[in-house]
Amino acid sequence: MSADETTRYPLDTIRTILERLPHVEALGLRAIEMHRGSCLFEVQYAPHLVGNLETGVIHGGVITTLMDSAGGAAAFSVVPAGASVATLDLRIDYLKQAEPGKAIRGHAECYRQTRHVVFVKGHAYQDSTDDPIAHFVASFMVGSVGFAPDAQQ
Amino acid sequence: MHSSDTSLFEKIMHLKAAGEFAAISALIPYSAFVGLELVSDEGGLLTILRGKPSNIGNTTIPAVHGGVVGAMLEHAGVMHIIHECDIARFPRIINISVDYLRPCIGNRDTFARGYLIKQGRSVSNVRVEAWQDNPQRPVAAAHAHFMMG
Repeated sequence: MSADETTRYPLDTIRTILERLPHVEALGLRAIEMHRGSCLFEVQYAPHLVGNLETGVIHGGVITTLMDSAGGAAAFSVVPAGASVATLDLRIDYLKQAEPGKAIRGHAECYRQTRHVVFVKGHAYQDSTDDPIAHFVASFMVGSVGFAPDAQQ
Repeated sequence: MHSSDTSLFEKIMHLKAAGEFAAISALIPYSAFVGLELVSDEGGLLTILRGKPSNIGNTTIPAVHGGVVGAMLEHAGVMHIIHECDIARFPRIINISVDYLRPCIGNRDTFARGYLIKQGRSVSNVRVEAWQDNPQRPVAAAHAHFMMG
């Protein structure tokens, strides 16, 4: 991304604001890497996130939230400061079951940006980024409806 | 994980036979975490996401986190299959596509219903719509594939 840094949201601001959102906090989602156009989020395993008591596997909704959050953060990193971002749509392909007891990481990157839409793709994994548990693709609307980090300040 | 005389699947099948869908949610920890409830009514199975401050993902509107809306649609989809179909094991999700149509206002209840578009021997396709005040004005919709066998 060749954008002028001064016209974009500071990466630290995106991280701080997003990590403080009530549901992001409730899930314990952390932004462990923030770059212009990409980011890496992580969620720790917890018993209250389980979708199947017998297997102990985390509910798919946790992966959706991890990837939507990471995708949103990646989108925020490329839009002009002051702009809001709202998820237009997303798709998750579940490639294999998450292993109980292990953290899940979600990587998202913008692969195309227009004035009104940011296109994002990513994947979720546990041990290795080469062995994903889910693939993710989403588009985010850029504009006035949605969430803007500086609306918080 | 939990040793018990009957498997989770058998328990859920018993609750289904008894029409006690509300009790199924109690067997899924994530349901309680986000506030998902199930009601069997004349229209089939209704999934409810209770308005909870901890589900907010956008403090400006404020709105429910898109991931929780997606989770609700996935949950409503799998529970709809359990409600409608004769199954021998849990349906397993293959993929889900979610369209976000309107802001899902936080601290307000959200409702969802599934529609079985195709029931196959190995794969089923389900459409799910979620709304708050008016079913004709959905806040989100999804379609998802589930492995049946």
